[in-house]
Amino acid sequence: MKHDFSQWIRSGQPWVWLNAAAVGASLIMVVGLLGLIAVRGLGHFWPTAVHELSFTGKDGRTRRIIAEIRERETITATRLRESGVEVPAGVESVERMLLKTGNRDILGSDFRWLLARRISGDRTPATLTVLERYEWGNFYGYLKNVKQHGKVVAEGDMAWPALLSRIERVTALHTRIRRIEKHDIGAINYRLERLRLRERQLQLDGNTDPAPRREIAAERQKLKARFAGLRRQLADLNRRIQRDSLVMEIMDGRQVEIPLAKVVRAYRPNAMSLPQKLGHYFGKLWEFVSDDPREANTEGGIFPAIFGTVTMVMLMALLVTPFGVVAAVYLHEYARQGFVTRMIRIAVNNLAGVPSIVYGVFGLGFFVYFLGGVIDDLWFQAAKPSPTFKTPGLLWASLTLALMTVPVVIVATEEGLSRIPRAIREGSLALGATKWETLWKTVLPMASPAMMTGLILAIARAAGEVAPLMLVGVVKLAPSLPIDGNFPFVHLDRKFMHLGFHIYDVGFQSPNVEAARPLVYATALLLVMVIVVLNLSAIMVRNRLREKYRALEH
Amino acid sequence: MLNEDTANDLLNHAIDMASLGMDANEPETETLETSIEVEHLSLYYGDKRALNDISLRLPRNRVSAFIGPSGCGKSTLLRCFNRMNDLVDGVRIEGTIRINGQDIHARTVDVSALRSKVGMVFQRPNPFPKSIYENVAYGLRLQGVRDRRRLDETVERALRGAALWDEVKDRLHESALGMSGGQQQRLVIARAIAVEPEVLLLDEPASALDPISTLKIEELIYELKDRYTIVIVTHNMQQAARVSDYTAFLYMGDLIEFDDTRRLFTNPGKKQTEDYITGRYG
Repeated sequence: MKHDFSQWIRSGQPWVWLNAAAVGASLIMVVGLLGLIAVRGLGHFWPTAVHELSFTGKDGRTRRIIAEIRERETITATRLRESGVEVPAGVESVERMLLKTGNRDILGSDFRWLLARRISGDRTPATLTVLERYEWGNFYGYLKNVKQHGKVVAEGDMAWPALLSRIERVTALHTRIRRIEKHDIGAINYRLERLRLRERQLQLDGNTDPAPRREIAAERQKLKARFAGLRRQLADLNRRIQRDSLVMEIMDGRQVEIPLAKVVRAYRPNAMSLPQKLGHYFGKLWEFVSDDPREANTEGGIFPAIFGTVTMVMLMALLVTPFGVVAAVYLHEYARQGFVTRMIRIAVNNLAGVPSIVYGVFGLGFFVYFLGGVIDDLWFQAAKPSPTFKTPGLLWASLTLALMTVPVVIVATEEGLSRIPRAIREGSLALGATKWETLWKTVLPMASPAMMTGLILAIARAAGEVAPLMLVGVVKLAPSLPIDGNFPFVHLDRKFMHLGFHIYDVGFQSPNVEAARPLVYATALLLVMVIVVLNLSAIMVRNRLREKYRALEH
Repeated sequence: MLNEDTANDLLNHAIDMASLGMDANEPETETLETSIEVEHLSLYYGDKRALNDISLRLPRNRVSAFIGPSGCGKSTLLRCFNRMNDLVDGVRIEGTIRINGQDIHARTVDVSALRSKVGMVFQRPNPFPKSIYENVAYGLRLQGVRDRRRLDETVERALRGAALWDEVKDRLHESALGMSGGQQQRLVIARAIAVEPEVLLLDEPASALDPISTLKIEELIYELKDRYTIVIVTHNMQQAARVSDYTAFLYMGDLIEFDDTRRLFTNPGKKQTEDYITGRYG
């Protein structure tokens, strides 16, 4: 028996099992993590049933509550007693429910806890209606009637179809208003600002030529005329959107009138069939990834954050690759190997271990205040005193992250360069190529998969980084995207939104924690997905390069 | 540019069979020009002397072979001719090497121009990870040739010259790495002759190949010697005997003997040579 055991140890089997266990544990953790955020995040968009609950209050009267049941939990009676809730003696633990009652503007808060034992009735009537609003969160209640110019036009059973068709009209109007506000008026404002800067520049240059000034004035006149036209259009649309309203009965029996202009969508979750629920679900999901955020980021979508993250990472990749590759080529090919290069390598490797917030501080001090200040002094005199580049922005965020990830690219590229067979270099040199030609035509292309490996690692590190970004360019809500239709199209000086910071902001800075929590999970999932997509595309490029420059292996 | 004083060189470096130690009763009394002239060449790796006062003259349009046991310096000597040793840290060279009369260590010599005149093929096939066509066109492109037709012509000529055209003409734009080892080595030779060198250095060109590929390379060497001065390093004495006109035997960094191949193998002048070719050491 003893002999068998030592035989088993010697065979290496235990180590195989140990390794397998380690791999298994890692897999379970990864899958568990993804599963958790996926379930918590994606579940948020599913239309859950709305209950009408009857419960007995402290005063003994029966009340009605209309709400979604968000969570059930069992807590000890002691804890409840400590917080002043009466619990009969002898009860060890109590079940309580977190209810989303909505109607924040009327009730004061979205959520409340209710002890399960107080509930005396639970119904899910099909006519219970949920309104999703542009402000103040969801609204729950029974639809009473629909009004046009304050007069009732549909009541009872007729109200629901009337509401749906009128919401469609309002949504179309909304889209037009938003396009004018964001797109058209935004463009005019942008161009007016540029005109102002041009004029200011003329003034700074001491240019007294009236010709360009006349030109500017004429241009401004034209823009202002267009602006006035848009304002009129907007006023008209705003008047038309105010036409309808609806009346709902909420849980305490009050009737509340809501302008239709405030309603995003209305649905009756208790009456929905599965396909309808699926349609609703994917509609919400699409809104989440494609729309702007509303209500302090707790509603609507996160498209600007996705866009900002991707743009920032791309720009960082664009900056870090040439820097890292050139540095690695110099270190590996040209610099005389010795004490100095060894010190530089040690320094580079240590840079990779510096906490990211330190890079943020450096970026703020050096890039934003110093470099940005210099740039503003040289080229953006006209805009002063308001800073153009002497303020956090996309360029500085990308540069800071590029600086943070450049060691990774250097190390990976050097690794790749040292793996190029000597025979290949000699073959090129023997044909009369200079060292530079050999590098450029043969060695660097062959080392490109290694550079991509470096870039992949850099992207992985940069895309998930939040701390330094808060100092050098990320904001809670950016008024416009860093890339848009206004010349010069890419605005490196703009602040931008970022998924990582969005998670932090929604999770920790939100006034409405319960409403925000599912969004934290959903945003986290999206961040992971964005990083995966970025990485996968880089890996695909690398594999194609690898296939192309497969080294000699025989 | 190495050929400026060609006429003079022809006179100065013309040597007859006798000076190479040829048998007096050889029927032909051809006059051979010297292509590569080595005088008192010593090479040091740091403090270690790898080549020891070597002098020899390699004739034009002939195949010269360097033989000797491993580490005798035959590859090092070969790599002196296109200054490949410059790439190695700590190498010091004394003495002179003239190729077609031009001192290759002169200050005015452009190393890359020299290397395009003195082509080299290495022990293991080292095609670039590019298409067959681009491999052969590599040297031309380095010289700035852009004209598509000229490139096409030269590539075809070089591939025909390396007896490879018929095998690859239908897949010129496929990767060179998909070829067999023997084909790759002939591709490397085609790549070298595409830039029209004067000298072709072959560093054990067949040692990594199978017998049939080796045979093809040897046939190719035989065909190429009309147009190029060929220097081949080989550890295979049969190969040296088969392909070369002249053979140098090196041992421990010394040139022991340099002679007509037939005579060196049948009637060596030195005891050491005889010991080596009869397999007593090496």
